Amino acid sequence: MSTLIAITALGVVCLLFEILNWRKAMIPFTILGLLGTLGMTVCELVDENIGSFYNNMVVVDAFSQSFSSLFIVLTIFLIAMSHNFYQHHQAKISDYIAIKIFLLAGAVAMVSFGNLAMFFLGIEILSISLYILAASNRLNVRSNEAGMKYFLMGSFASGILLFGICLIYGGMGTFDVAEIAELSHSAELPIWFPIGIILVTIGMFFKIAAVPFHFWAPDVYEGSPALTTATMSTLAKVTAMATLYKLLCAMNADVNHAFQITVVVVSIASMTVGNLMALRQANVKRMLAFSGISHAGFMLMALLNLNHAGGALLYYAAAYALAGIAAFAVILYVCKDNDNEDVTNFHGLGKTNPLLAAILTGALLSMAGIPVFSGFFAKLALFSLTIKSGYLFLVIVAVINSIISVGYYFKLILAMYTKEPNQQRNGTSMVYYGVAFASITLTILLGLFPSLVMDLLG
Amino acid sequence: MDASTLLIVLLIGSLATYFSGDKFAGKVALLFSVAALAVSVLLLNAFNAGQNVDVLCAWISQPKIAFALKVDGLSLAMLLLTTALTPLIVFSAFGNDHKNAKAFYALILFMAFAMAGTFLAADGLLYYIFWELALIPIYFIALIWGNGDADERRKAVVKFFIYTFAGSLFMLTAFIYMYQRAGSFLIDDLYNMRLTIKEQFWIFLAFFLAYAIKIPIIPFHTWQAKVYQKAPTVGTMLLSGIMLKMGLYSVIRWQLPIGRWAAINFMHIFIGLSIAGVIYGSIVALRQKDLKKLLAYSSLAHVGLIAAGAYTLTLDGLKGAVLQMIAHGFVVVGLFFVAEIIYRRYETRTIADMGGIRIQSPKFTSMFMILVLASVALPSTFNFIGEFTVLYSLSRIDMWFAILGGTTIILGAYYMLRMFQQVMLGQQNARLFQDVTFNEGVVLVLIIAVLFFFGIYPKPITDLITPSLQNILTFVYRTN
Repeated sequence: MSTLIAITALGVVCLLFEILNWRKAMIPFTILGLLGTLGMTVCELVDENIGSFYNNMVVVDAFSQSFSSLFIVLTIFLIAMSHNFYQHHQAKISDYIAIKIFLLAGAVAMVSFGNLAMFFLGIEILSISLYILAASNRLNVRSNEAGMKYFLMGSFASGILLFGICLIYGGMGTFDVAEIAELSHSAELPIWFPIGIILVTIGMFFKIAAVPFHFWAPDVYEGSPALTTATMSTLAKVTAMATLYKLLCAMNADVNHAFQITVVVVSIASMTVGNLMALRQANVKRMLAFSGISHAGFMLMALLNLNHAGGALLYYAAAYALAGIAAFAVILYVCKDNDNEDVTNFHGLGKTNPLLAAILTGALLSMAGIPVFSGFFAKLALFSLTIKSGYLFLVIVAVINSIISVGYYFKLILAMYTKEPNQQRNGTSMVYYGVAFASITLTILLGLFPSLVMDLLG
Repeated sequence: MDASTLLIVLLIGSLATYFSGDKFAGKVALLFSVAALAVSVLLLNAFNAGQNVDVLCAWISQPKIAFALKVDGLSLAMLLLTTALTPLIVFSAFGNDHKNAKAFYALILFMAFAMAGTFLAADGLLYYIFWELALIPIYFIALIWGNGDADERRKAVVKFFIYTFAGSLFMLTAFIYMYQRAGSFLIDDLYNMRLTIKEQFWIFLAFFLAYAIKIPIIPFHTWQAKVYQKAPTVGTMLLSGIMLKMGLYSVIRWQLPIGRWAAINFMHIFIGLSIAGVIYGSIVALRQKDLKKLLAYSSLAHVGLIAAGAYTLTLDGLKGAVLQMIAHGFVVVGLFFVAEIIYRRYETRTIADMGGIRIQSPKFTSMFMILVLASVALPSTFNFIGEFTVLYSLSRIDMWFAILGGTTIILGAYYMLRMFQQVMLGQQNARLFQDVTFNEGVVLVLIIAVLFFFGIYPKPITDLITPSLQNILTFVYRTN
């Protein structure tokens, strides 16, 4: 609970900085504040400080605290990069930073809800922040388009979600997740309950961009300012995934076999469509959007093993998001003077900036699931759980998809190492280098010591 | 001292090479690779003295993965091969100027590290990790320092990567499946687990996909010739000398004991496929105009015979396979180095552009001749012992296998000697051919010395590998 309060307070303080005209100190201060919050969250996690607050509106447990820690780490990286990304928009910097912090508050609320109302509040806080960020480059028509598209699709999804929540309330007579869980064990379930679960799940599929609810993702990712894309594809995606997992765990959704079949189908569709479409992309942001869709498909495998896959999901989320941050830090650096993010911009990066090229290679290898990077162990843990629950077939499809994914990840690597540089890349941005280096180091460390994260949740 | 020392030396060597700068990278790499050779000799001594050099410590708790290294005769033989060839390969590269040399030599040592790990690992997942790790350095070595048209090279290398990656992912699936059944990735637990016939069949097939691509066995060989041709010579040496032995080693270590039902019952199919590779490789080699491609196809033929020997499931077959793995490793590195020596002087790999070298460089000619003869298994060379043992074991299974497999010697003699004739003999070439330099000579002489020494006295190696191969065979033929 203190995590949520601290983060919200930090957001308000950011706005105060604007009034007092202390913009220069804002980013260092926010990062320090977030680091403090991170320490506090980790302490609560270690002490197993479990409790519920405000009539069960907020429930703090190992799950919520470990995911919150991950979100805070990601936000620290994203805010650090804001320093360079918004250097031409100094006047509005407090807005950008504050919105990102409120977004984090929404994310934390989404994993620590104890009540469906709180869950909905969290998801709206997160989504509205993202709508604004997507359209934040207001003089650019593509950014406007992205914001509008995301807003329309997102609010549509929210509507479905809300409808699902209403049906669950109609079936169970309560918003409280613990009470719903208890009632769901009874023999005669009202038909509204499973329908409600399906609707809520569909709403969340929208948010994580799983096939067939993925159409918004490539356009929005491409049109949004690059840093917003980074936020969406890392923080927002893993938040939505964690929330969906928690929601379904809490409501015992897997009692029904048909539900598992649905998850398997959506998972296979997401992986395959995401990967096949990614093969054809020339724009790196679009490519990562489709790769994100396929990773969503992989993460959906965790839903087949509810209540046991928490650790594996946390690990996958961390591996995927950290590799994503590393990749985006390099993309932001390379494309800072270009108005698009085509693969051609990366030509010869291996010659002009060997360190950045190596980092991006590492990040892509991790996403492709090559050992010793954490992406490999993430896939391993999920595959292992999935075989355990009897879906060998799904794992084989996932393996074939991993092979396909090598095709497009390596397209970028090839562009960096085998093509001649076509532009001058000058100006070393310490922040981008720092963020990229820190996140790739974390990715490798997680790969060498997976137990550190995986054992946090049973 | 235990087995991890070797890995640590190679890994530190790789880092030290990278940070020593372009100027000294080669020398630092040579130093560390010689140190690694020394360590593996020490390991051999310790093992012979009966000391326990195995490593076993917990690494990941969920899923349960251990950092387990096991040393036995078979893995020691492979380690000695790896660590003896690495310094030779590093040293042979001294004659070329490499851009970004520090990364180049660091990648070579890193690859040696990964390959040594593959030969040592006694935990299925650890083994898989090393297996995959070996792929990344060779990918970059072939891609960045390779020769020929960049586009074609890129295509060849990417095909190679995706092929091998695809194969090994199926192996990974098999490992995860077995983990669910056995609750552990340790090799002893996997050996001892009871699998139904159907499970063994599919696991054997998943393994086969990974190894058949790596070795390569027909019909999974299509990546090979292009990559051998396009990679820099050092990369080709690493690939053909050591890396494809990873596949053969894994057949003996993992595939046969775990999928033993399929290994016994479908033996003829797998021997047949391997022998098909022998004949196919020999015939295609006859028509090659590019020296490196010719050597690539001849390597395909030899490797097919080794695989056939391993699949016979007899002690002789396995012994011959391992002996021939080592012999082939040395001879193929020597031959590719010869191709490189000619390229350094004439800047061509087309056989038709050569000829008339013998008159200008007698020393080089005699060394090349010995390597050619070793490669066609002339008695008193190491290769003779390997091929002969394999052919003998094949004849025990079915005489036809031995006859068909024997074509490798006949056809091999034909295309190798014809190649030698076209490259070296004839009227004096108009272009000057400088005789081998001291550095080049050292590499060739060392290789030839090894080939002759073990050709005349193979007992040390046979004694080393026999107990562990026997041990593996008892697992294959145990009853339950």
